[in-house]
Amino acid sequence: MAGTASPTPPPETGTGSRAAGWWRRNRSQRALWLLAVPGIAYFAVFHYSAFVSNIIAFKQYVPFEGIWASPWAGFSNFSRLFGDPSFWAAAWNTLAISALQLVFFFPLPIALAVLLHSLAWKSVRTVFQSIIYLPHFISWVIVIALFQQILGGAGLLNGLLSDGGMHAVNIISNPGSFKPLAVAEIIWKDCGWGTIIFLASLANVPEQQYESAALDGCGPWGRFWHITLPALRPIIILLLIMRLGDILSVGFEQFLLQRPAVGPQAAEVLDTFVYYRGVLGGDWGFSAAAGLFKGVIGAILVYSANKIAHKMGEEGVYQ
Amino acid sequence: MATLDGFREARAAWQEEPKAITKIGKAVALVVFSLLILIPFLEVLATSVASGDQITKNGGWVLWPEHPTFGAYSQILNGGVVTRSILVSIGITVVGTAISLFGTITLAYALGRPHFKLRRPLTLAVLFTFLFPTGMLPGYLVVKQLGLLNSYWSLILPVAINVFNLVVVRGFFQNIPEELYEQARIDGASEWQQMVRIVLPLSRAVIAVVGLFYAVSYWNSFFSAILYLNDSTKWPVQAVLQLYVTQGADLSGSTASTFSDSGSAQALQSTQMAVVVLATLPVLLAYPFVQRHFTKGVLTGAVKS
Repeated sequence: MAGTASPTPPPETGTGSRAAGWWRRNRSQRALWLLAVPGIAYFAVFHYSAFVSNIIAFKQYVPFEGIWASPWAGFSNFSRLFGDPSFWAAAWNTLAISALQLVFFFPLPIALAVLLHSLAWKSVRTVFQSIIYLPHFISWVIVIALFQQILGGAGLLNGLLSDGGMHAVNIISNPGSFKPLAVAEIIWKDCGWGTIIFLASLANVPEQQYESAALDGCGPWGRFWHITLPALRPIIILLLIMRLGDILSVGFEQFLLQRPAVGPQAAEVLDTFVYYRGVLGGDWGFSAAAGLFKGVIGAILVYSANKIAHKMGEEGVYQ
Repeated sequence: MATLDGFREARAAWQEEPKAITKIGKAVALVVFSLLILIPFLEVLATSVASGDQITKNGGWVLWPEHPTFGAYSQILNGGVVTRSILVSIGITVVGTAISLFGTITLAYALGRPHFKLRRPLTLAVLFTFLFPTGMLPGYLVVKQLGLLNSYWSLILPVAINVFNLVVVRGFFQNIPEELYEQARIDGASEWQQMVRIVLPLSRAVIAVVGLFYAVSYWNSFFSAILYLNDSTKWPVQAVLQLYVTQGADLSGSTASTFSDSGSAQALQSTQMAVVVLATLPVLLAYPFVQRHFTKGVLTGAVKS
């Protein structure tokens, strides 16, 4: 039966094996399998075989010896990791930035979507939507360059401040202000794009609901509380739970780009920690242990978040 | 007529006229937010075409160029590192988007057909990678073992299919009525023909949007280049620009041309901003054509019936 799923077509004059018969009879199954092959090959190579190379977390990995020939190291990489204060500092930064994002970034797209939805002029709404979606498509390199240009030492803000006779402020390269700055950047980049899913939920609310509520004497605030918010509730809960599940991922490129300016104390997150200690520092097994630790905790969190979403009667991500 | 209708205030009879203060508050909030988005773009564009004197006078930035000049652009497009990096970015984006769309559409089609026997196990295998994303070091080791280090393929193949895009496209395909497939099958169409003749023409919106997502992510990516391409002369434009952002590297100095005036910091400033503009431009050009499909394309796919 080993050949059942073989993608190579058997010869025309098959010996009548079951596999060959199946292959001839199921033209449609064969076509679907062939269509799936390139994509499946991608996942097999770049995800599943990469998954296997996580074993270097348990090895003393030496690049020129390769993954398999490198000597085993048991859990020594992990014990070194958990005893390393800079790892816990990176973990703490990650959690702190996640928490700030949750409090200051998460609610904004909801508010903005409600505001846009309340606009009576459809074309004005369309214009604003075009503007606020745009930054989502701008690379982090450019976003940071724009922020430097506006808030940097020789930037627009300091130019205006000195014109006004005030002191220049150091925002871009000050470790103390880095975390709020990082949240401001993500708000600038993705707050507008975040409205799209809430606007779609609001668009699904039948107009008659608002109309009959208004006829029953329900004012704008009442309609907001009794119609708009309940319509958004499922998607808000779903996204909130998924965000909590993803709390160890705050974005990588944004922090990699600004770490040189503000230093690791302020800008080191788990992902940059892995890059600096592993790829740049050459401590492969140790960094792979950090990456694997983050991956396992992250998977558990996402999985439980999804289970909780199901328990609460929401749809969850995995249907 | 339609556009005129759009600009008229379309308030239903039951809606009360909002208070003036509410109207003003909403307008101020939206205008301020839009300006916060637009002013940085304007500032960078203006600085890139401003004269060195004006940049000096203002101390590094310009909002309105008095004597616009395209000197900075002709300097960086003169065949140096920046020119080369832009060509690399274009090549990666075009080839990458084509490969990504092909892989995503074919797999999404197969996983969307209810009678495909391997549908469930393969779908679960794909979704699992969403739960447990591939780490940076394991990904690097795979690229290394495949011998792709320092090859342009390392910027494309490891990110060829995005699970989110795949789910969106599959959802869109599944919303196409089964009768259309049935009809084509009766006419003798194979699975491939059903995909090309029935499904793809009905899916232009989602393909445009997902194509834009892929193109933008290839165009914007800089970290794969830093990670996989040791030879920085091969870098795409975002990776080159990153040198300026993180280290304040002088991008005009890396061009082959000798620009007589490039000694001053102000001339440099307009050059750097010109690179920022060029690195943003393709996204700005593609955006208006795809933007109107966002809601229809993404949400009908993601919110599966």
